[in-house]
Amino acid sequence: MTTVSRLTEVTKVHGSGASAVPALRGVSLEVAAGELVAVMGPSGSGKSTLLNLAGGLERATEGTVEVEGVAIGGLPAKKLAALRRRKVGYVFQDLNLIPSLTAAENVMLPRELDGVRTRKARQEAERALGEVGLAGAGNRFPDELSGGERQRVAIARALTGERRLLLADEPTGALDTPTGDDVLQLLRERCDAGAAVLLVTHEPRYAAWADRVVFLRDGAIADTAEPMASSR
Amino acid sequence: MLVTRLTVRIPRMHTQYMSIRHGLLALLSQGARYGYQLRTEFEASTGATWPLNIGQVYTTLSRMERDGLVAPGEQDDQGRVVYAITEQGRSELARWFSTPIAQADRPRDELVIKLAMAVIAPDVDAAAMIQAQRSATMRTLQQLTKAKRGAGVAQRLVYDSMIFQAEAEQRWLDHCESVLAAHSERPE
Ligand SMILES: Nc1ncnc2c1ncn2[C@@H]1O[C@H](COP(=O)(O)OP(=O)(O)OP(=O)(O)O)[C@@H](O)[C@H]1O
Ligand SMILES: [Mg+2]
Repeated sequence: MTTVSRLTEVTKVHGSGASAVPALRGVSLEVAAGELVAVMGPSGSGKSTLLNLAGGLERATEGTVEVEGVAIGGLPAKKLAALRRRKVGYVFQDLNLIPSLTAAENVMLPRELDGVRTRKARQEAERALGEVGLAGAGNRFPDELSGGERQRVAIARALTGERRLLLADEPTGALDTPTGDDVLQLLRERCDAGAAVLLVTHEPRYAAWADRVVFLRDGAIADTAEPMASSR
Repeated sequence: MLVTRLTVRIPRMHTQYMSIRHGLLALLSQGARYGYQLRTEFEASTGATWPLNIGQVYTTLSRMERDGLVAPGEQDDQGRVVYAITEQGRSELARWFSTPIAQADRPRDELVIKLAMAVIAPDVDAAAMIQAQRSATMRTLQQLTKAKRGAGVAQRLVYDSMIFQAEAEQRWLDHCESVLAAHSERPE
């Protein structure tokens, strides 16, 4: 299996001097294509920091972070931004949907930024919205969608293009449990189609969809749970 | 298949005997059935995590016969007997469906006792015990979730029940860990 995301002995310190906050201390983690890994841990244990580092949204203080074999620490800002847009899909808890754009336009935006023609980007967006069960909702604005539907738009946006790495920070937010299951089902399907998924969640029931569950404590991996190989 | 042999160490909230009895009555209310049919259909609706052996089925049927809830028919040439629900069985079933189940019968939970003992024992690392239990419970959750994918709706809800219970245990373990950590920083 090919490793899509690799963190080696990664340390992250926010701020410096007296106000320095160590958020991660020597974390090593690999996520392969087809694998769903969940990260759990108390508030402040470094889960979001781990995701942001894996996706190149923040730089590591020490250690190396790779995306599909490319060490991103040394990349110039412009190259890093391009790699992020092409290879990494993000679903944040606050979703980051742009209120003045329709659902389809929100999905198209990163692709258009990447130089994809509008027509093609629209086709891709429609396909991605269909995949998340929102065919026909493309012309609605975020405030015309329910919380669960907005969540799915954000996932559709993360799915367009050739994204090999999906990062999801509490993507089930305040959803009811059947809708949360639907979100996990979607992520699981992307995984089974070959993506690598890193999911942060507080909810054991969602973490249980993962192949591996990593428990963070004070910025370090305390424990890992994975089912017996035979049940895979 | 691993899933069929999965034994879930979760306390049963309601006595298993009563639920088998009423489960069989519910199936018989849809028509007379052989013992082996009852077993197959019971497992099909509740999921493979709740295996029922044929001995349990026949024991339960003979007790229900004694109590007037079911009546056996003639033996066929292979010696098999079809069971039918009686009027009394139907009213018992209706009562069961319309009465909420009391939580009072909950058996003592071994894990709770073990944790309490680990906390007071001078030479046991309760934090390590919690961590090991959390990983084990997560593994159970992973297996239940895997089994749930592709299950029919009745089975799915049975799995969901076990998932919610395992999740409650997981949350309780997190809670124990924080309480113990805070306590060791400033013991009373
Ligand atoms: N930009 C920042 N500047 C300073 N400190 C930060 C910054 N971002 C995070 N931290 C600190 O780093 C630590 C880890 O934060 P992080 O957001 O990764 O936690 P988390 O596990 O995601 O928590 P939560 O479950 O509350 O989202 C915390 O102590 C936090 O206060
Ligand atoms: Mg966070």
